[in-house]
Amino acid sequence: MTRQLTDRPRAAVETKPTATPRRRWSPRARRDFFVFLALALPNLLLIAVFTYLPLFNNIYYSTLDWTLGSASATVVGLDNYVTFFTSTDATKVLGTTAVFTLITVGGSMLLGLLVAIALNSKIRGTTFARSAVFAPYVLSGVGVGLVWLFIFDPGYGVLAWLLRGIGQQSPQWINDPQLSLVMVIIVYVWKNLGYCAVVYLAGLQSLPQDVMEAASLDGANGLRRFLSMSLPLLSPTTFFLLITTMLSSLQAFDLIRIMTPLGNGTSTLIYEAYLQAFGAFNRAGYSAAISVVLFAILLIITLLQLRFVERKVHYS
Amino acid sequence: MSTLSPVSPDPAAESESVPDAGPEIPLQRHRPFSRANLAQTIAGGYLPLVLATLVVFLPLLWMVLSSLKQPGEIITMDLKILPESLNLENYNIAMTTVPFTQFFVNSLIVTSVGATIKVLLAILTAYALVFVRFPYKNAIFVLILVALMVPPQVSILPNYILIAGMGGKNTLWGIILPGLGTAFGTFLLRQHFMTLPASILESAEIDGAGHWRRLWRIVVPVSGPSIATVALVVVVSEWNDYIWPLIITDRPETMTLPVGLTLLQNSEGNGSGWGILMAGAVLVIFPILLVFAALQRYIVAGLTQGSVTG
Repeated sequence: MTRQLTDRPRAAVETKPTATPRRRWSPRARRDFFVFLALALPNLLLIAVFTYLPLFNNIYYSTLDWTLGSASATVVGLDNYVTFFTSTDATKVLGTTAVFTLITVGGSMLLGLLVAIALNSKIRGTTFARSAVFAPYVLSGVGVGLVWLFIFDPGYGVLAWLLRGIGQQSPQWINDPQLSLVMVIIVYVWKNLGYCAVVYLAGLQSLPQDVMEAASLDGANGLRRFLSMSLPLLSPTTFFLLITTMLSSLQAFDLIRIMTPLGNGTSTLIYEAYLQAFGAFNRAGYSAAISVVLFAILLIITLLQLRFVERKVHYS
Repeated sequence: MSTLSPVSPDPAAESESVPDAGPEIPLQRHRPFSRANLAQTIAGGYLPLVLATLVVFLPLLWMVLSSLKQPGEIITMDLKILPESLNLENYNIAMTTVPFTQFFVNSLIVTSVGATIKVLLAILTAYALVFVRFPYKNAIFVLILVALMVPPQVSILPNYILIAGMGGKNTLWGIILPGLGTAFGTFLLRQHFMTLPASILESAEIDGAGHWRRLWRIVVPVSGPSIATVALVVVVSEWNDYIWPLIITDRPETMTLPVGLTLLQNSEGNGSGWGILMAGAVLVIFPILLVFAALQRYIVAGLTQGSVTG
């Protein structure tokens, strides 16, 4: 009894493992060792095999000239990377990725902030509106993509009908590479701005009310208070959103696949990697190389995040 | 509170919400229901909200309405907003053109089995990380944090090769298995378990309760909302998951709903099939929309995790 009590430090407090493996283990500690393994090992193994192992496999596959499904492959070193970066593919794919990411991130954050400001008023119905605005974020990208594809349909879509009303012809949203990118960006922003709105709303509601009141007593008007107080105080939220939305935009797949299956003008890195391996060519090695490039970009963004979080951008 | 603010956008609503604060005196000049105040409230408060809500709902409403229309009502130059009759023919066609019932069952199995196992694994791992003594716990936690940041999309090719090699192509377990390890659930539950008071667990320990009993009798019952959050987020993401099932299945017997919808899109082509495709979209979107409507509090909390800065 007493032994158990003294033996165990306060359970929930995170301590540096004081019981070093060098020390002779008490039977209790040994039992805990096996209990831990029994509880955590299945999950840890799954993460190791399906999350960590693929990173290394990808790097290995990227050095192969290999057709998916074929039994043989030749090692070609960095050839896949050289091919990618020296071809016109690279500029096109990287350019599309940059345009898609920058506009979707900027668009959903800006519109999200505006919606958050509207939601932050003390009138009835904001709870409902908040849920409504968030809803598209949890819906199937495939379903949402189809619905919007119908809306954009140049023949029978609502948009074409509206444009006819003002005497315009509907643009060829699907066939024109540039317009198909615009179309996918619009739908992506529609689907994701609710997430930014809810996060910004939480940020707005955590602003120090006394400071804001003092400012308004000092005669600062609404816009002035927003620009010189709310916005700077929201910078940690803005930074958090910038990183998370950038990471998810770089991985956007569902909408692109359903709205532009051939990737005409909408081939971002992730979509190009998919098309190369699982499209017509089955170029597994080349696809792996593109995946590694994508992973490197995502890694840099994540590292930036960690660095800035450590520097504490917030004002608390 | 900003009741003193001279530019308060909604004095009417505010005086309503604090009825016994004696607002009549300072607000005498702007009576709560004066025309100017109402106009200001509507323009400044309600208009943007209604607009935002409409932007979300109109496309979804359009989907439902179109799913009830006959091809003749869709392929027309003058837009008909309401369907002529409540005709479920499109749903019938969607379900017979492709095996939609099978897709639905597959999605249900993948979501329920996958989500159950993931939540269980998350609970067990988080409990072990917080309450069981083990030498390298911090290092393990860092590995889980890093896994949280590894995008699943870059793993699809290696995982495809691995699972296909194990004979998992066109099987439900092949769809479920690679996603089972859960860094997100483990992380979220670990953060919650850390906030539980150590004293209740210690007293249970003195009473002779082992880890298994402490987990199921104490930790799980007091963690309901956190576990619900993890469960709902996992259910939503399993149901909507697209890229992996798309790659690992190419036969209708094992397709999930989103993949099946792609199949329907291929077979219904352009023009006349829009009504049928909208019926398919309704079948994919509505289950999650209903779950979200009922339990949105947990889902929003789970998905916006990490945004609250201190």
